[in-house]
Amino acid sequence: MKLVCPAGNYPMLKAAVDNGADAVYIGFKDDTNARHFAGLNFNDGTAQKAVKYAHDRGSKVYVAINTYPQPAGWKRWQKAVDVAADIGIDALIVADTGVLAYATEKHPQLDRHLSVQGSATNVEALRFYKEQFDIQRAVIPRVLSMAQVKQLAENSPVELEVFGFGSLCVMVEGRCLLSSYATGESPNTCGACSPAKAVRWVETENGRECRLNNVLIDRFASDEKAGYPVVCKGRFTVEGSTYHALEEPTSLNTLELLPQLQQSGIKAIKIEGRQRSTAYVSKVVRVWREAIDSCMNNPQTFSAKSQWMQDLASVSEGTQTTLGAYDRPWQ
Amino acid sequence: MRLSLGPILYLWPRQTIEDFYQQHIDSAVDVIYLGETVCAKRRSLKPAEWIELAKELAKSGKQIVLSTLALIEAGSDLGNVKRLCNNGELLVEANEMGAVQLMADQKLPFVAGPSLNIYNAYTLKQLHNQGLIRWVMPVELNAATLADILSDAEALGIRDQIETEVFSYGRLPLAYSARCFTTRFRKIPKDNCQFVCQDYPEGLPMDSQEGEAFFNINGIQTQSGRIQHLLPHWQEMQKLGVDLMRISPQPQHTGEIIKRYNEVIKGESQDTDIQEYLSAPACDGYWRGQSGMDYIAVSG
Repeated sequence: MKLVCPAGNYPMLKAAVDNGADAVYIGFKDDTNARHFAGLNFNDGTAQKAVKYAHDRGSKVYVAINTYPQPAGWKRWQKAVDVAADIGIDALIVADTGVLAYATEKHPQLDRHLSVQGSATNVEALRFYKEQFDIQRAVIPRVLSMAQVKQLAENSPVELEVFGFGSLCVMVEGRCLLSSYATGESPNTCGACSPAKAVRWVETENGRECRLNNVLIDRFASDEKAGYPVVCKGRFTVEGSTYHALEEPTSLNTLELLPQLQQSGIKAIKIEGRQRSTAYVSKVVRVWREAIDSCMNNPQTFSAKSQWMQDLASVSEGTQTTLGAYDRPWQ
Repeated sequence: MRLSLGPILYLWPRQTIEDFYQQHIDSAVDVIYLGETVCAKRRSLKPAEWIELAKELAKSGKQIVLSTLALIEAGSDLGNVKRLCNNGELLVEANEMGAVQLMADQKLPFVAGPSLNIYNAYTLKQLHNQGLIRWVMPVELNAATLADILSDAEALGIRDQIETEVFSYGRLPLAYSARCFTTRFRKIPKDNCQFVCQDYPEGLPMDSQEGEAFFNINGIQTQSGRIQHLLPHWQEMQKLGVDLMRISPQPQHTGEIIKRYNEVIKGESQDTDIQEYLSAPACDGYWRGQSGMDYIAVSG
């Protein structure tokens, strides 16, 4: 099982490589990737430096070009694919069918992974991407239970990569328009969910209010920890009850499932968090490197060490973690 | 311009479903989509029964299309989708790449539903090569982007081989999850859901803490809290070359809404106001390139 780690900039990439990432995934400084945030990501020059740093130390570099281009921006996606190929990266992570077609035709020798944003959750969808674009690997959405992951891995025509740790999307990735409904920008169209420019914090008599394009997403008492106002993680009112109607601010952590994931034939574990810090990457990658090595050496006796869990909890959103959809009761 | 009736997105009892189609088989829509697209657990009609109902309705001369699940997880979900794809007679709406593959395997034509991500003409062309003959634009795209996609499709030589449909009326399907938000609200496990979504024939409104209609819970699907209403934009759609305006079923007034849409697109009326039939505020922001929940449409 390979460990695939996030890097939002060059120091993060170095931290990921130095702490044992088998591969690091990055994006360019525009809306061609699903973490299109100000101050984040790589230009052609730093990306080239990143590839050299990683390759010199035996790690791979993947480039995420995983948003959905509209006609007006199509050339940016073409250019991103061409630049990635030119600087000698190891694989593209792509979601859009049109972009996959372009990459397959223009750079057939360059490996293609289907992004989680491609929303492939079953063997026929995987077969579509394998037959049309000869993808080597697919990252599967965070919606399948452990039993379903196992079943899919047994029948998959391509390698499978799953999310191990990080921010939790409660919806099928690539199929969530909640953000554009509220703000006009979504992961698919702009590489942004609940974009910062639409967020407004207001101190009121009722507490600290958080608004997304003026819609009240949540209201916090003075002793409550207020997280980033992701549209799906606010408190809303349904038939008079006010609660986290969709999801609480938690992170995904599947460390304890490692032996099962390995037995299922999962080829890679992905860590989320290109928008986080170098300290986050160092800590999370170190823990997961140790855990995967321990699991590979002794799958029978593997157990998640409490120190690992504490370290991961300390950098989790909302400082609580969940197994998410892997665990049926969550669903 | 023609009208279509989209698949019922809610869990209604079998009798209600049958009555609904009986009521609308003589309406002004040219195309009727039917089938379960939201949750594989719902069983008011089994796949074979949907096919049977569809074949019965097809005798009317309207085009009947079998719609398939938007999220296919378990092997059994895939089995159900296969049954619909192998119906041997009727057109299928693929709402997931797995269904596209199943149709392409048989070299059969299909409609690409709104949850397939078609954001550019290159994707449209790839899917046309696999059998796409009509597509429903993803609901978050706008008029200007649609114009660009269709003009690129022209340049790629496929424009005249595909029809374009726009989700024009109804609560917008915005997201899908492994989690069922209706059972979450009712505090029961999804694995023993008791089909509680049947208690909410138009979903469960999920408002901001200030009472603003925001989203609408429909099992594993999250819909818009507002109701998209694009009739005021129908002439612009016609100019762009949109072939079909889709009306999404709601428990009340679907007939009146079809009638109002039809009168306007046939030039018999200019009254696009449907206020009296709405159970929530309207929206048209996506079509105008704004936030989906915005609304500024002017009648006429």
